[in-house]
Formats: sequence, C-alpha cells, structure tokens
Amino acid sequence: MIDTKHIGLRLPTVSFEVEKGRLRFFAKATGETRPEYLDESAARAAGYRSLPAPPTFLMGADLDAGTMTTLLETLNVPIGRILHGEQSFTYHAPVCAGDVLSVESKISDIYGKKSGALEFIVKDSLIKDATGETVLEARSVIVVRNPQENAA
Amino acid sequence: MNAPTRDQVKVGEALPPLELPPITRATLALFAGASGDHNPIHIDIDFAKASGMPDVFAHGMLPMAYLGRFLTQWAPQTRLRRFSVRFAAITPVGARLSCTGKIVEITEDGHETLARLEIGVVDKQGEVKLAGDALVALA
Repeated sequence: MIDTKHIGLRLPTVSFEVEKGRLRFFAKATGETRPEYLDESAARAAGYRSLPAPPTFLMGADLDAGTMTTLLETLNVPIGRILHGEQSFTYHAPVCAGDVLSVESKISDIYGKKSGALEFIVKDSLIKDATGETVLEARSVIVVRNPQENAA
Repeated sequence: MNAPTRDQVKVGEALPPLELPPITRATLALFAGASGDHNPIHIDIDFAKASGMPDVFAHGMLPMAYLGRFLTQWAPQTRLRRFSVRFAAITPVGARLSCTGKIVEITEDGHETLARLEIGVVDKQGEVKLAGDALVALA
C-alpha cells in the first residue's frame, strides 16, 4: 500500500517554456492540421499572440521536468503499474508559444479500492505565467494496479 | 471561427463528430515524444508484456487530445473553460475512435453563458474509452 503520509506532499516547482517546434510536433502527433495551430501568421489572424497551446498540451510541462518520475519514486510505485484514471483542466487564460510557465504540483489524495487491488493518487497542479497569474489548473488521478498476491 | 451564440444552440443538440484514423504503433511513438509521456508501456512491447499487458496501448492523453480537437472545431479554444474526462477503458493498437458530444445544459456563471457538453470517445464496437464533460462560453 502507498503510504498516505505523502498526502499534501508538494513536488518541486518546475519551469516550462512553450516552444513553437514542440507545438507543431504535438499537432502532428494528434492529427491537428488547422493552420492556427501550425502557422504563426494564421494564429495571429485568429487572435492569438503566437501559436496557441492546445487544450491538453500542458500535461507535458510536468512530464518534461520529471515530476511524474519523482512522484512515482517517492511513492515507490513502478511505472509499469500505473494507468491514467481521470484528468481535468480549468482554463483561465490562453497559453501561446513563447510563454514561460511555472508548474506547482502537489499530491492531494491517496486512497484504495477493491481491497487494495487498485490505489489512486490525486495530483493537483497550478500552471502560472511569468507574472504569477494562474493560467491553468490541472487535476490528474493516477490508478495503480497492485499485484493480487493472494488471488486464487 | 466565431463562438456559437446562445441563440444558435439548444439542449440535446449533438456536436459534429470527429472520426479518427486507426491507432498505430507509429501514432504512439510520435505521441510519446510530443506529449512528454515516455512511459515505455505505450511504446515498448517487451516492457508492456513484463508489466502484465498483452501489448502496448494508447496513452490516455491521446484520445483526450482528440477530444480537444473535437471541442475546438465546434468553438474557438479561447471559449473553453473546463474540460474533464474519466478514462474508462484501454485503447489498443488498431482501435478506430470517434469523438462525440452533445449539449446537456445551458447555464450562467455570473458574467458568462456556458454550454455544458457531455463528451466521449468510443471505438467502432461502441465501447466507451473516455467519458467526460466540458464547459464552453457562448457568445
């Protein structure tokens, strides 16, 4: 079982720069072909400062910095046992290429279900712009599949 | 693209669906790099098998990214206020996914009129992979 003493644990604040090349790579990987997500002049014509970060793109901010690796190591959870359970985003301001963001994450909850066969880790993140304003709130629920040692 | 207006939408109305090409191993490799999620369970069949899975499978965030495309083809991204999903089933290699959604409520939050959408991703057999909801500010 994951030690619930980690509830409330704050993970190291990380910095993330939104890069045009990464946004175009994300567009390619997700089949996005609309010009405002690929071409800077089209993005400006659509009212953005530069290429916009798509709605789910900023998951990468924590991942790039190794926050998930740190979390799993701290909780002693093997990466091969995790699944994504839930994900939510609350948007406060557009994020575009060139923005330099900070990500503050914490473990908000840890709980078990099905007699410990599944455990759940809730991680909440605040993504802030260079002025300290929150642009995005993100909540991830990670499911841990525990081996059934006593299964018949 | 203009945001849908209060007069243009009604509760019960379905959004135009988004049909996706089959998930390939190449899709998963590209998404691993682009998303920053390098968990080998999605790109290395040996690791997946050693972890008790029959094969690699899609990152949950891949169909969620498709849902993001689906929402932003209906309304500009600047109108999106909230986007939330539950991952209901694993998406295997070869899956053909569709994004669907409908307006379930028109609501006010003080200074904006919002459409609440029920959204989902299903495969060709109709199995629900993701289910969730979104709030979109109407013009």
